Amino acid sequence: MKMKLTTLALGALMAAGPAMADLVFPSLSYRTGPYAAGGIPFADGYADYFTLLNERDGGIGGVPTKLLECETGYNTEKGVECYESTKGQGALVYQPLSTGITYQLIPKVTADGIPMHTMGYGRTSAANGEVFSNVFNYPANYWNGASGVVNYLLEVNDGDIKGKKVALVYHNSAYGKEPIRTLEELAKKHGFDLKTLPVDHPGQEQKSQWLQIRRDRPDYVVMWGWGVMNQVAVQEAANIRFNMENFIGVWWSGAEHDVIPAGDAANGFKAVTFHNVGSDFPVFDDIQKHVVDTGKAAGNGDQIGTVLYNRGLYAAMLAAEAAKTAQELHGTKDITPAMMRDGMEALEITEAKMAALGLPNFGPEFKVSCENHGGPGLVGVNQWDAATKTWSLISDFKPTDADVVGALVAEDSAAYASENNIEAGCK
Amino acid sequence: MSDQFLFATEVFINGLMAGVLYALVALGFVLIYKASGIFNYAQGVMALFAAMTLVGIMEGQVPFSHIINAIFGTEVHHFGWHVPALLAILLTVGVMVVFAWLVQRVVMRHLVGQEPIILFMATIGLAYFLEGFSDLMWGSEIKTLDIGLPQGGSFLIEDMTAGLGSDNFYGFFIDNLDIVATGIAVLLVMALVAFSQYTKQGRAMRAVADDHQAALSVGISLNFIWVMVWSVAGFVALVAGIVWGTKSGVQFSLSLIALKALPVLMLGGFTSIPGAIVGGLIIGVGEKLFEFAIGPMVGGATENWFAYVLALLFLVFRPQGLFGDKIIERV
Repeated sequence: MKMKLTTLALGALMAAGPAMADLVFPSLSYRTGPYAAGGIPFADGYADYFTLLNERDGGIGGVPTKLLECETGYNTEKGVECYESTKGQGALVYQPLSTGITYQLIPKVTADGIPMHTMGYGRTSAANGEVFSNVFNYPANYWNGASGVVNYLLEVNDGDIKGKKVALVYHNSAYGKEPIRTLEELAKKHGFDLKTLPVDHPGQEQKSQWLQIRRDRPDYVVMWGWGVMNQVAVQEAANIRFNMENFIGVWWSGAEHDVIPAGDAANGFKAVTFHNVGSDFPVFDDIQKHVVDTGKAAGNGDQIGTVLYNRGLYAAMLAAEAAKTAQELHGTKDITPAMMRDGMEALEITEAKMAALGLPNFGPEFKVSCENHGGPGLVGVNQWDAATKTWSLISDFKPTDADVVGALVAEDSAAYASENNIEAGCK
Repeated sequence: MSDQFLFATEVFINGLMAGVLYALVALGFVLIYKASGIFNYAQGVMALFAAMTLVGIMEGQVPFSHIINAIFGTEVHHFGWHVPALLAILLTVGVMVVFAWLVQRVVMRHLVGQEPIILFMATIGLAYFLEGFSDLMWGSEIKTLDIGLPQGGSFLIEDMTAGLGSDNFYGFFIDNLDIVATGIAVLLVMALVAFSQYTKQGRAMRAVADDHQAALSVGISLNFIWVMVWSVAGFVALVAGIVWGTKSGVQFSLSLIALKALPVLMLGGFTSIPGAIVGGLIIGVGEKLFEFAIGPMVGGATENWFAYVLALLFLVFRPQGLFGDKIIERV
């Protein structure tokens, strides 16, 4: 009897958990709640890329991948629960898609020796790998985004924005407040006048903020929004007839669903980005053939090529390439989270590699190092065309202000190191 | 007139308009509370569900298509037709009536005679159920709702008032949608008052609200009245969902507009239809003027918390709200 129970228990364990050889990638997604509209396409892109690798290539280096999806609802407590419940299942890298969850997980992943990738969000100063050994935020972070916005304003004003009035409409949360310090520094450097306008969660009601913008008549409005805040802001901007050409958002404010509800009035709205948009890349043909047509897509296939689907796919591709790098680096196909961390730190993305993956000109080339977990911080600009309902890249990926961003990263990471008794340095 | 005074007037007018939108949500709470003593936590989610159903019907979306496709391996999403807005609204009202009947049959009927807190807890459960059910039925992506309501600032008002101030004053900004919403709210309140005062069912509803036992003793069906009240609340939720959904697209956040109704109810009273309107206007104007005058000094984003502070201030002097019934309990 005892023997039978032990066998049953073992069998149940084996059935419940992934096979030992699987490369496990948790997906802390949010398909429900107020931010689901952004969470779903990202999660679909992330899942579909790993499905593609399994179906087309038999996994990474011949080892199948396994996606562990856990619903966070964009709620920090639930995100931490997801982490705790999945970390023991061989999780190689976490991508929480939430700045709040990221902040909570930084000490945990560091203690547990599991890497975390927060692409375009999270704690910006994690770019300093000498302090944040297990956190990576390549290829760009919030402060690159803020600098990218200012660079664009400089570009369209022949390099002079002195005296210009810039209003920042931001989500009144840790996420929304991230760019303020950078923009303040850049305002000092370039002489523009910055005004900040917070919008409380969820952002359904923004009349006061937009009446103020109408009174102040800023030359440009910059938006750091997420969820319903984006749709309402674009609509309110249209209502007060603010010139959409002068309205520019961060990459989390520049998806299709952020602008479609406003209809034609949203035409010309811009958003910075760190990757390309659209479905005109060979990898999508493979996804159609191996994932969608075989009924294995995470969604119903209608999100392919959308901004956030592409971002999820890009995040998955970078994770897969880091896993490949780790396999090569350590000479084994069954990598551990510690090996994955090494792979991420040694990751090099070249245009030749991107083209071979079916993603030519999709994102910038970069090389990660122990000192720099944040990548090159190259930022481009997308613009919305309401007639064709498409985003298009209207500028190349350009360098951001390394002097300002670098100094802020050094300052903030040094403060973190001091608070947490971390001895900075490369091991 | 000084520009500052004109700006404050503009904020005041927009506060009134915002207050009407808050009152639209608060009305649904009042109706159910008045007739059954239940604080319906699900009212915000009902607005979401109603708006999602309206868009789904208008666009010919196949309900539960994700489940159907997952089980049968099909690829059905749309019927291929578009339903005119008016017909879709009528069909959605029908869906809300069916929903009201189901709530009565499945939930409320089994809880007759229970403590109010039990009924409140049941509506919390109902809210969570309806959240998931809406997503399953219609999907959780953002939907554009366009039933022809105008949007954008009114050129006419802007032009007419532009000359009142200096060159820095561009005329009053008033959103056309807010003007229409005010008209809708006025009509809705008039219809609700007429219904409760001059129809047999309305009088029966008031009788139930006054005294359940007495109403039962004269042959009024409690079950029918509750289904009717939940149906009317469902209709009010649909109206709120249409107005708010037109502004921001139909998405989960619509369910959170209930948070905007709470201070309105605290201020106006849970049992008064005029209280919901007046409460909405006071909250709308109060929070907007506070944000205009004090917001910049304290970093902005004051509206959410100030609405509750304002409501609490009123509660100190009138615990039952401005128009609420005074409850006297003898020990």
